[in-house]
Amino acid sequence: MLVQGIKSRPEYKGLDIDPHAKRHLFVLEGEGAAALTDQVEARGKDFLAKSEILYLAAGAAPKAYDVALAALSPDVFWQAPTLQPMLFRLRACLDQARMGTRLYIAGTEGFIGQIMQVALEFGIDFNSIHTEHRGSTARRVQCVHCKGITDNVTTSPFACSHCGLSLLVRDHYSRRLGAFQGVNIDAEEPGTAPQPEEMFP
Amino acid sequence: MSLNTDMPVRVADVTEVTDLVKRFRFERIDGHPMPFFSGGAHVVVSMNDNGLLRRNPYSLMSNPDDNSGYEISVLRVPNSRGGSVFMHEQVRPGDQLTVSQPVNLFAPDHRGRKHILIAGGIGITPFIAMMEQFSRDNVAFELHYAIRSRSHGAYWQQLLDRYGPRRIKVYVDEEKTTIPVAEITDNQPLGTHLYVCGPAGMIDGVLMTALKAGWPKENLHSERFLAPPAGLPFQVFLKKSNIHMTVGEHQSILEAAEAHGCDAPYMCRGGACGQCETEVSSCDGTLEHNDIYLSDEEKTSGRKVMICVSRFKGQQLVLQL
Repeated sequence: MLVQGIKSRPEYKGLDIDPHAKRHLFVLEGEGAAALTDQVEARGKDFLAKSEILYLAAGAAPKAYDVALAALSPDVFWQAPTLQPMLFRLRACLDQARMGTRLYIAGTEGFIGQIMQVALEFGIDFNSIHTEHRGSTARRVQCVHCKGITDNVTTSPFACSHCGLSLLVRDHYSRRLGAFQGVNIDAEEPGTAPQPEEMFP
Repeated sequence: MSLNTDMPVRVADVTEVTDLVKRFRFERIDGHPMPFFSGGAHVVVSMNDNGLLRRNPYSLMSNPDDNSGYEISVLRVPNSRGGSVFMHEQVRPGDQLTVSQPVNLFAPDHRGRKHILIAGGIGITPFIAMMEQFSRDNVAFELHYAIRSRSHGAYWQQLLDRYGPRRIKVYVDEEKTTIPVAEITDNQPLGTHLYVCGPAGMIDGVLMTALKAGWPKENLHSERFLAPPAGLPFQVFLKKSNIHMTVGEHQSILEAAEAHGCDAPYMCRGGACGQCETEVSSCDGTLEHNDIYLSDEEKTSGRKVMICVSRFKGQQLVLQL
């Protein structure tokens, strides 16, 4: 069960190297590494000399994308063990960045949303950020009742990991929170929630 | 149509700023406060020039916090359509005029962490209100202001006194100093927004330089002063109003429609906002699109026209108006 056709659902238009940018900052997660290697195949390696890559392997660690990314010899390659150090490093990068810097994000939706959240704090217009969805379609969902956020939601409805309410997943998205908004599905008659359906593999 | 909330005002004050620039202060005749506006906003001033209705947009330059009156500055442009000459020669303190509600098509992006303002000549006016707002909100900004000569340039001294030389940079043609746009756009912190207002050539140059320096277009803002260009007279039929009319040499389609009593929608009267977009029923000839609102595809399709600035060459133009 999914409520679709809500305008706030983000669109990920794909990475597209901006030829005028003075510097490229790639923030990639898991399968998102392939979004960059595909660009290199299509456009050649010239832009890598002014590129910085921040990579979080996450669930794709066995595929060793980090080796492939490091082999591209970008100006800077840095690998994060988990998301938190990634966000810390990103803040430091953006704090020093100048207007000619273009930001590219690729990975799962939850990752893109959380990187975007930091970027917006730095006054970057979201329309100027290039994004590409790669890997799992699992969602990051905020419970509109208790405000707790649950990562990697693959079913709808699902039980909120904070308050336990059964939540319906919708396309209603908050860019500010970097999460979809889940609402209680059986509020009128508690206990009548339909069976969870696997929707976001 | 135009929201029909125009305000009758009295000219409270007329100040000669330079040889060619006069400042006008308007206050409401009924004594009520003016609506608050935001920096970058303009109003359309309606003038009755011996029975001829003239409507010109002017940027508001007074403090956006001050709702006791509005102030605009008018550059006298002798060989133009006559609105600025009318303001300079005919309008005196105590006169009555009508101004529209404020409309902002050039608002600062409040998500920005720093704002760079680039002005040429009379293009300074929206920035005077914007800077009041930035200063009040304690937001980082700098102004780069190009003038022909120190005697012809308006407000540069007052701005220097008010905000200091660190934030106000003045460049003078006569002294061979020009705005170093490449240097300015080269090294700005992420989250900077740039705003440019002035002659078309200057706007194009600044935007092009910033894009080449790697700025995303989302951080670039401009306001152009497009006056309706003159051209050969032509015939238009307004289908819904059932009016056959001739658009004169120095008239826009919108002005001709208004002169025939057709209450067409408008906001900026400068080809920028899209409010006066009108459907073309048939067109036996060529549309001359002078606006910066329609996309190139829309212009080519010939199904829409912005009647505030665009013209027509040919036999007959029929509009859904």
